Amino acid sequence: MARFVAKHVVFLLLTLFVVSFLVFTLNEYSPGAVARKILGAYATQEQVDLLTKQMGLDRPLLVRYVDYVRAAASGDLGQSARFKAPVREILAKHLANTALLASVAFACIVPLSMLLGVAAGMREGSRLDRGILIASTIVASIPEFALGVFLATVFVVWLGWLPGTATLVAGGGWSAAAQLVLPVAVIVLFDAGYVVSMIRASMVEVMQRPYIRTAVLKGLSFRRVVLRHAVRNAMITPITVIMLQINYLVAGVVVVETVFAYPGFGRMMLEAALFKDIALVEAGALVAALLAVVTNLLGDLAYMLLDPRIRA
Amino acid sequence: MTDAPLLDIHGLRVAYATRAGELTVIPGLDLSLHEGAALGLVGESGCGKSTVALAIMRYLGRAGRITAGRIGFDGRDLTTLDEYRLRTIRGRRIAMVYQDPMASLNPVMPVGRQLMEVPIAHDGCDAERARERALAMLREVRLADPEAVMRRYPHQLSGGQQQRIVIAMALIAEPALLIMDEPTTGLDVTVEAAVLELVRDLRRRHRSAVLFISHNLGTVARVCDRVGVMYRGELVEEAAVQEMFSDPRHPYTRGLLECLPTLGRDKQRAPLLPIPGQVEPAAVRGAGCGFASRCSHVELGRCTTGVIRLAPIGASGHRVACVRVDELTRSAPRPSVTASATTTARAAPMIAIHGLSKSYEPRRRFFGAGRAPVRALVDVELEAARRRTLAIVGESGCGKSTLAKILGGIEVAAAGAVTLDGVDIGTLPVDARSRALKRRLQMVFQNPDSTLNPSHTVGYAISRALRRLAGGSRAERAAGVAKLLGVVKLSPEMAARRPRQLSGGEKQRVAIARALAGDPDVVIADEPVSALDVSVQAAIINLLNEIQATRGATLLFISHDLAVVRYLADDVAVMYLGTVAEFGSVERVFAPPHHPYTEALLSAVPVPDPNAGTARIVLDGAVPGADEIPRGCPFATRCPRRVGPICDDTPPPVQRLDGGHRIACHIPAEQLLAAQRPS
Amino acid sequence: MLPRVLRGGAWRRVALVGDSAPATVGVAIILAWVMLALLAPLIAPYPPNASDLSALAHATPSRTHWLGTDHLGRDLLSRILWGARPVLVIAPLAVLGAAAFGSLLGLVAGYRGGWIGLVITRACDIVLSFPVIILYMIILAHFGSSAWNIIAVLTLTKAPIIARIVRGMTLDLREREYVAAAKMRGESSLYIMLVEILPNARGPLFVDMCLRTGYNVIIIGVLGFLGIGLPPPDPDWGGMVKDTYGMMMVWPHMALVPCAAISSLVVGFNLLAVGLRELGLRD
Repeated sequence: MARFVAKHVVFLLLTLFVVSFLVFTLNEYSPGAVARKILGAYATQEQVDLLTKQMGLDRPLLVRYVDYVRAAASGDLGQSARFKAPVREILAKHLANTALLASVAFACIVPLSMLLGVAAGMREGSRLDRGILIASTIVASIPEFALGVFLATVFVVWLGWLPGTATLVAGGGWSAAAQLVLPVAVIVLFDAGYVVSMIRASMVEVMQRPYIRTAVLKGLSFRRVVLRHAVRNAMITPITVIMLQINYLVAGVVVVETVFAYPGFGRMMLEAALFKDIALVEAGALVAALLAVVTNLLGDLAYMLLDPRIRA
Repeated sequence: MTDAPLLDIHGLRVAYATRAGELTVIPGLDLSLHEGAALGLVGESGCGKSTVALAIMRYLGRAGRITAGRIGFDGRDLTTLDEYRLRTIRGRRIAMVYQDPMASLNPVMPVGRQLMEVPIAHDGCDAERARERALAMLREVRLADPEAVMRRYPHQLSGGQQQRIVIAMALIAEPALLIMDEPTTGLDVTVEAAVLELVRDLRRRHRSAVLFISHNLGTVARVCDRVGVMYRGELVEEAAVQEMFSDPRHPYTRGLLECLPTLGRDKQRAPLLPIPGQVEPAAVRGAGCGFASRCSHVELGRCTTGVIRLAPIGASGHRVACVRVDELTRSAPRPSVTASATTTARAAPMIAIHGLSKSYEPRRRFFGAGRAPVRALVDVELEAARRRTLAIVGESGCGKSTLAKILGGIEVAAAGAVTLDGVDIGTLPVDARSRALKRRLQMVFQNPDSTLNPSHTVGYAISRALRRLAGGSRAERAAGVAKLLGVVKLSPEMAARRPRQLSGGEKQRVAIARALAGDPDVVIADEPVSALDVSVQAAIINLLNEIQATRGATLLFISHDLAVVRYLADDVAVMYLGTVAEFGSVERVFAPPHHPYTEALLSAVPVPDPNAGTARIVLDGAVPGADEIPRGCPFATRCPRRVGPICDDTPPPVQRLDGGHRIACHIPAEQLLAAQRPS
Repeated sequence: MLPRVLRGGAWRRVALVGDSAPATVGVAIILAWVMLALLAPLIAPYPPNASDLSALAHATPSRTHWLGTDHLGRDLLSRILWGARPVLVIAPLAVLGAAAFGSLLGLVAGYRGGWIGLVITRACDIVLSFPVIILYMIILAHFGSSAWNIIAVLTLTKAPIIARIVRGMTLDLREREYVAAAKMRGESSLYIMLVEILPNARGPLFVDMCLRTGYNVIIIGVLGFLGIGLPPPDPDWGGMVKDTYGMMMVWPHMALVPCAAISSLVVGFNLLAVGLRELGLRD
C-alpha cells in the first residue's frame, strides 16, 4: 500500500513541476516579453526595460522559476495583471463556480449513462440497443456550442422558458437554478453520449463471456445475471474513463461557459491566455495538472477496488 | 428405474445463420440416455458435439436455432419450452460443466457465493442453509479447507480446483442430467485423472445421467458406459464402450483408432495411419454419407446417395451408420508391444546439458511482501543424441518451456552448461549467436493459430526464413520455398495463401517448413501437435518422423502426451517442477523400474482401451506453489511412495542404471522394480 | 480480429461497408461533404467574403440567399461550402500525423517495455487526462493559430490515445509465436515492430482513426468558436458561430446553420466508426 501511494505522490509532484516549468518557460522566456505584455504594445522600449529591471525579470529563467515555486508553495500565486487582484482570489472564485456546475453535471451523467449503457449492452442488437447506440452517437457528435445553440434556440428563443445566459448575477430575473439548467443539459448530453457508448461496449463484451453463460445455465433470472454478474465486471474499464470526465468537467467545459457567459474556470483560463495574463495562466495550468493526476489516482484506486485480480 | 429414457433426442436439426445464408450443422440426430447412465460423445473439432450440448440447454446464441426435431426430457419437449420454464430446468434438472473453468467462473465474485446462488434460486433456501449445502458439496468434491475456499476468488485457485468448483456448482441441485463439455481438456494429465475419478465417484453417489463430450477417446472410456462417435454433425456409430474399442465397425471410428498412438505402439513396429483428406466445411454437404470423401471403402452410388441412418447391428445396442457395415471385415485386435530394453551405442551427444538452473523473479505486488523467486529449472542434466529423437515430458510448471526457450536463445541460463555440438549456447541469447549457429537450431511451436503471422503470405514467411538463415538470391529463395513446401507435403501454390485460409494441420506444416529453411541440425518442437485434431496429429507426427530420418536431424520434442512420446521418441526425459525425475531410452523409461512420478503419469494417461485395467494411481492435491516446494525432492508433497522426512529435506540422488537410464529417487531402483513389476 | 474490411481486395472492401447501415450512412454523409467542398469554387453562388449590408434587411433564408446571410451580409451557403475545405484538410492530416507518431510511440513502449515504456506510458496518461482545451489555449494563444499550428497541436494531443491503443495491442501481439520465430531467425527489433507486429494492429486502429477524425472536426469548430482558430475573414464554421450566436434572439439561423454543418459531418464520421466496429465484431 505504501509503495502505491508513494509512487503516485512522486508522480504528482513530478508532473506539477514539469507542467509548471513548461508553461512558465513558454510565457516568460524572453525578459522583455513579460513587461511588454503588461505595459501593452504602445509602451516605449525604455519603459519596458525599466519595468523589466524593476520586476527582476532580467534574471536567469531558472532563478525566476525557483522563486515562483517558492512563492507558490507558500500560497502566493502572484498578481493578475488584468484584474489587478491576487491570483488566488480570482482562481478560488471561478473554481467554486465551476465546482457547482461540475458536480451537478456529474451527478446527472453517472447514473444516466450507467442506466442507458447497461440497458443497451445487455441485449446487443435489440431495438433498445440500436436506439441508444444511434442516439448516443449522434448526440456525442454535436459540439457543445452547437448543442447550446440548438437548445437555446428551442428553449430561449422559441419557448422562452429558460434564460439565455447564466452569469449568476442576481437581479436578472432568473433564479440560479433556472440559469443552470441549459448549461448542465448541454454538458450532460454531450458527455453522457460518450460515456454511454463506452459502458455499452464494455457491457456487450462482458455478456459474451463464458461466465455469463454459466450464470444463465445455472437457471438464474436474466435480471440477476445482468445485475449480479455482468454489471460489476462491465464497469471495470469504464470506471477510469468516468473519473477522467472530472477533468473535462472542470476545464473542458470552457465552450459551454462561453456560450452561456458562465463565470467558470475554463473561461477564466481562455481569457487569461488571450489577454496574456501570465500569472493567472500559470496558476491555472498548475490546477489543471493537479486535477489530472488526482483523477488518475482515483481511477486507479477504483479499478483496484472493482477487480480483485489486481489486488493479489 | 423406468424403461423410458430420461433424455430422448429425435431427428434434431440445428442450423446457424451466416452471411451466406443458413447453414445446417446438425442434419439429423437421434440419441437417448437413460437415468443414471453415462454416454460419451466423441468427435473432432467442428463435428458438432458441443452444439448438441448447447441445443439441449437451448443456448445456441443469436445465430443458432433448432430447425427440426424433438428433445424429450422428463416427458416434455425442450424445443418448445419458453424461457421461464427453461429456467426452472437449467441448473436444477440439467446442469452443465464447461471446458475452461477459469473463464466459466465470475472473476469478481467469491466462489462460495457463486455456489450458493444455485440452491437459493432453485430451492428457495435462505443464505444459511445455502451455505451449509455449499460447504457439503465442496467436501464432496474433495477440496481441502472448504471454508477458506468459499471466500476465494477464481484466480486464486488452480485449474483442477476451479473445475471441481464448477462440478460442485452443477451437482449441488442434484440434477437428473449432467452435461460435461470437454471438462478435462486443458488440465494436466494427473489432475485430469483425479477429476475423472471424482466424476465416476459422484456419478455413483448421485445417480445422475451423464453426457460426456470429449475429443479424447481414452478419457471417455474412463467414465462412460456407452460411447457415440460424431462426424460432421452426425452420429456415425454408437455402442457400449467395450464393444466400441474391441469391434469398431464404422470406417471413421476405425480410422480414429488407427491413428491414435497408444502406450503400446512405437514407430518402428506399427506406423500411425492418418485419415486422408480433411474435414470438409459444413456448407459443402452432399447427399449420402458425410465421410464418403475420405473413406477408403467408399462405393460411389451406395454411399453417396440418400440418407444414411444409424442402424442396429447385433442385439447389444451397437448402432452404425454405414451401408457397407456387414461387408467390411472386422478388425483384428492390434498386438500391443511389450516394452523391452535395448542397448544402443551412443555417439557424442548433439545437445548436452549439465547443471542447468534458471529462476524468475515474480512480478512485484502492490501490497504485501515480494514473493519467493520461481525456480523454473534446477540442476537439469540431459543429453540429446545425434540423429535421435529426445522427448521431454511433464506437466505445467515442469520447466519444459523454459528449457526450450533457453535452447532457442529467447532466455539465457542462470547457471550450468548447455552445449550444441560442443559450442556453449546457454549463455548466448539469440541476438548474440552467429548466423551459422542460428541456422543449426530452429524451433516449431505449439499453437498453429499464432505460429504464423496472419498478415504475411506463406511464401513470404518461408522466404524470409531462407533469407535470414540460408542466404541466396531471390530466385534461389523462390526455388527453396517450393522445395520446402514439397518436403512438408504441401502444394507449391500454397505459397500465395495467407494463414487464415489454411487448416490447423496445414499451418503447422508451414511452420515446420519454415524451421527447416536453414537445414538445421537440431529441431526443437514444442508441443507441435497438442492443438491439432487426432486425425491430423497422426499425419504431422509421421512427417516429423520422416524429416528426422531423411535429414539426419536431432529432434527435441516436448509434450505432455505420453502416448505420442512413446510412439515417436527414442529417448525420454521426465520432468517435474524443474528437475529431471527420470531419463533414459523410451523402452527403459516406459518399463519398470520407474520414478514414482513416471509411474503416476503412466497410470493417469487415458487409454482408449477399457480393458487396460492398470491400477490407477491418483495423485492427491495440486502441484505446489513456488513457496511450497520442499527443499528435498519436489515430488515429496504428492508422492505415493514417499518414504519419510528424507524425501522432504534431502534432494534425491541420481541413480545411474544400465544403458544411460537415470532415476532421481531415494528409493533404490531394485526396490522400485520389485514394487512396480506387474504381478 | 481484423474486420474483414481490411482483409479483402479493394472492391470487396468497399462493398462490405454496405453491410452495415450505420457505416453506409456515415460514408454517404462524408462523401457528400467531400464533394461539396471540392466543388465549392464552382457551385457557391457568391464569393464567401463578399459582404452586402443591404441584404441584412432580409437576412433570413430566401430565394436570393438559400440559407440566408450572416451579420455582415455575407451569403451563408457560400461560406458554409468554402468553410468545409480547411476542415476536411486539417482534420484528416492531423489524424494521420497522430497515427504515425502515436503508433511509433506505442510500438516502442509495448515492445521494448521497461524504463522507456514506463516513461512513454506515463507521459501519455498525463497528456490524456489534461484537458486539451487548456493546452490549445496556451499554445495557440502564444504561437498564434495557423493551419499548420493547429495540425501540430492536434497531432500532439491525439498521439497519446493512439499510442495507448497500439501499446495495448503490442503487449498482446509480442507474445505470439511468430514473434518468437522471428527472434530466432535473428530479426532486429525494428523489423519485428514494423513488419511483424504493426500490420496486425491495423483493425482497431482504423476504427479509432475514424473516430479521431470526427473529434478533430469538433475541436476545429471549438477552436474557431473560442476565437483561437483560423484567422478571419476566411470562413471558419466555428468562427461563424462565435460571431453570430449573440444575435440568436433575432436571427437564430445565423448560428444554427454552421452548427448543423459541423454536427452533420461529425455524425458521418462517428456513424462510420460505429459501423466498422460492428463489422469487425460480426466476423
